[in-house]
Amino acid sequence: MFGDLLPIILLSLYVSGAALIIAAIIGVPLGAGMALKPLPGQRLVDLIIYTGMGLPPVVVGLAVYLLLSRSGPIGFLNWLFTPSAMITAQVIIALPLVIGLTSSAVQAVDPALRLQVRALGATPAQVMRTVLWEAKAGVTAAIVAAFGGIISEVGAVMLVGGNIEGSTRVLTTAIVLETRQGNFGLALALGVVLLTFAFASNFVLLRLPGRRS
Amino acid sequence: MNRPFYRLANVKQIYNGRAVLDVENLAVERGEILAIVGPSGAGKSTLLRLLNFLETPTEGEIVFDGTPIPRDPPLDLIRRATTVFQRPMLLNRSVRDNVSFGLSLRNIAPDGRVADVLNRVGLAGMETAAARELSGGEMQRVALARALVIRPDALLLDEPTANLDPYNVGLIESIVREQNESQGTTIVMVTHNVFQARRLAHRVGLLLNGNLIELSPTAEFFDSPRDPRAAVFARGEMAY
Amino acid sequence: MKRTILVFLALALLFSTFAIGSVAAQDGGTTYTVQAGDSLYRIAAKFNTTVSAIQSANGLTGSAIRIGQVLKIPASAPATPTVPNTPADPSTLILATTTSTADSGLLAAILPYFEARENIKIKVIAVGTGQALAIGAKGDADVVLVHARSQEDKFVADGNGIDRRDVMYNDFVIVGPLNDPAGIGGLSSAKDAFAKIAAAGSPFASRGDNSGTNTKETSLWTAAGLKPKSGANGYVALGQGMGETLLYSNETGSYTLADRGTWLALSAKLPNLTLLVGGASVKKNPDPALFNPYGVIAVNPVKFPKVNYPKAKLFIEWITSLSIQRRIYEFGRSLYGESLFYPVAKTP
Ligand SMILES: Nc1ncnc2c1ncn2[C@@H]1O[C@H](COP(=O)(O)OP(=O)(O)OP(=O)(O)O)[C@@H](O)[C@H]1O
Ligand SMILES: [Mg+2]
Repeated sequence: MFGDLLPIILLSLYVSGAALIIAAIIGVPLGAGMALKPLPGQRLVDLIIYTGMGLPPVVVGLAVYLLLSRSGPIGFLNWLFTPSAMITAQVIIALPLVIGLTSSAVQAVDPALRLQVRALGATPAQVMRTVLWEAKAGVTAAIVAAFGGIISEVGAVMLVGGNIEGSTRVLTTAIVLETRQGNFGLALALGVVLLTFAFASNFVLLRLPGRRS
Repeated sequence: MNRPFYRLANVKQIYNGRAVLDVENLAVERGEILAIVGPSGAGKSTLLRLLNFLETPTEGEIVFDGTPIPRDPPLDLIRRATTVFQRPMLLNRSVRDNVSFGLSLRNIAPDGRVADVLNRVGLAGMETAAARELSGGEMQRVALARALVIRPDALLLDEPTANLDPYNVGLIESIVREQNESQGTTIVMVTHNVFQARRLAHRVGLLLNGNLIELSPTAEFFDSPRDPRAAVFARGEMAY
Repeated sequence: MKRTILVFLALALLFSTFAIGSVAAQDGGTTYTVQAGDSLYRIAAKFNTTVSAIQSANGLTGSAIRIGQVLKIPASAPATPTVPNTPADPSTLILATTTSTADSGLLAAILPYFEARENIKIKVIAVGTGQALAIGAKGDADVVLVHARSQEDKFVADGNGIDRRDVMYNDFVIVGPLNDPAGIGGLSSAKDAFAKIAAAGSPFASRGDNSGTNTKETSLWTAAGLKPKSGANGYVALGQGMGETLLYSNETGSYTLADRGTWLALSAKLPNLTLLVGGASVKKNPDPALFNPYGVIAVNPVKFPKVNYPKAKLFIEWITSLSIQRRIYEFGRSLYGESLFYPVAKTP
């Protein structure tokens, strides 16, 4: 039984891990940048990001499906029903969370500290790095929250991945499938694996330096 | 070598349509300690931000060591000045990491410089302590060490000893004086404490509503000020 | 006499295997002499046409035919077009199909043979028939294997699919709570059973997902002269797959229409449900209306140049070939004592 589960677990980690890394690489600097240097239409951008944080994943899935469909605008990528499509959807789900939560974490850093860092001769990039490090507990919380959001997400990966055995089946879609087939025991086992990931990521979060118990 | 270190000409800083700083003429001499006094909201901190090139003035010109400062000052120019603020603003790291922070920004290996400067501020051997868990006076001395370690040409101090006990005030004053005497560092210091200005400064300037209404050698400032408002301030009678 | 019949049957089998029969070419069509064991359905499948087309060509109203009867067979669908076809990914074939073929384990039992033979990866997207056809209609699948004839014909008529072939069939059954409050147990007509369920106001769980089963269910209600609405008179449309719908019915004591394959595969986990209408096996199902044919259709490469049409065409030939039809017949027999799907494309 475990032999069958392992590829599913690994694919879940691969898809959500890759999506998280991409979302973090894009989202952390963007979130920090917006906090440090608000754009002209920042309030509108904030509104979009906060809406994005509550976006139903299945809507993202639908949009990504239409984009990646062979008859869609970027169908030539040939990504539909592949892990790349699932990663794409999860990046879109994770990005607003990473940007929004990173931005509030950076905004919570004393602006006077930013001024001090600049007074010590930091370039804008060095200011961002320093402030992000100061806000690392909040930034990690953003990343962990995004990970929890995407690894437990089912609607989007089902639509754009297709739940193909051995190719795009992940923990959540496998749970749906096993439940549909009445294999509650197996579905539950998969659920426990999922819970373990959630537990592990929160454990990491709570053990972070800079967090007082 | 007679040219001033900083020269400000017709410098205006306007926030929301209000000129919070309006300095017609100010020359800071190389190697001097200039104290800036004045009531709250007079524009003292704003002046220091301009001198550290953290902001560019709305109008007017600042010439630094012979170089007119462009709107977008180059990094190596900015890095010749630094500021210590009233609150120590330490990073959530060790004392060593805080003190060597400016060096790491400049990609300079700390070598013995951190230990030396900690020794000067009376914190020898404190490298591994968590900076934010120190006492208020110790934290401000770490902040001062962090500024000194980068060997700035201009050291800007914005009320560095407000809220500190007399022991730490004395300690910091002697470090500042020693830095000026041994390294020739130009120092501009904002203070609310007229006695501190008298103890440390070569010259004292009074800012009032953004205007520099008096700028004279220390003795003259306190004994025979030209502006009557400076006399009131020097006697400690101005309400602020 | 018995011997003669056996020999005759064996010969008929052999002949039909090689698709010989008594075929004579005619202008725009063919004639065919009915053999033992033939049905209109099988004949239609053999000639790649439809039952209704044969019926209208011969003025038939019912499905009754005699051995030896000579039928006019209308011209089958036009030969497959030759088009510039550049598959987006020649090394995979995307099969959009219904949950029943995947969940029953049939595909897992047969697809590896095709994958090995063609050195290709088949990606199975198991959804409802409606969604499977929708995926095909966007060109996102290469071939579909579904079970809702009316939707399949529309799919082909709309130009989304070509080369439709019948593959296999099984049947639907009506299952319900053990105490059978509507009293439908043993009825021989599904529409009568539906009428009784509605009359009793007993709970009925519909998949409500535009799947093949859902399409069949709707047509049965229509036949019974009813048009149930979700939320009224005990009727609920779940919008879920067959497995979920059976589990829901098991928990809530509802009646539902299920394909026999999924019912057999899941019945051990459904202690509160029993089979009420449909007979003990596909062959014993008393109601022809519960017949459940599966068709395979290639997604039209003219409309969607990126589909892997060469492999889709091979797949259709393969799944309707004798050896695979035999595997379809054998599938599930050892586990359930009966076939879950009966081949029709070629007699095994
Ligand atoms: N970024 C800003 N935007 C708008 N107004 C500002 C800004 N910074 C300072 N001011 C205003 O400019 C004026 C001068 O401020 P500044 O901080 O230079 O005063 P200060 O002399 O340092 O006062 P204190 O002794 O209280 O520190 C004040 O009225 C302040 O409200
Ligand atoms: Mg101030």
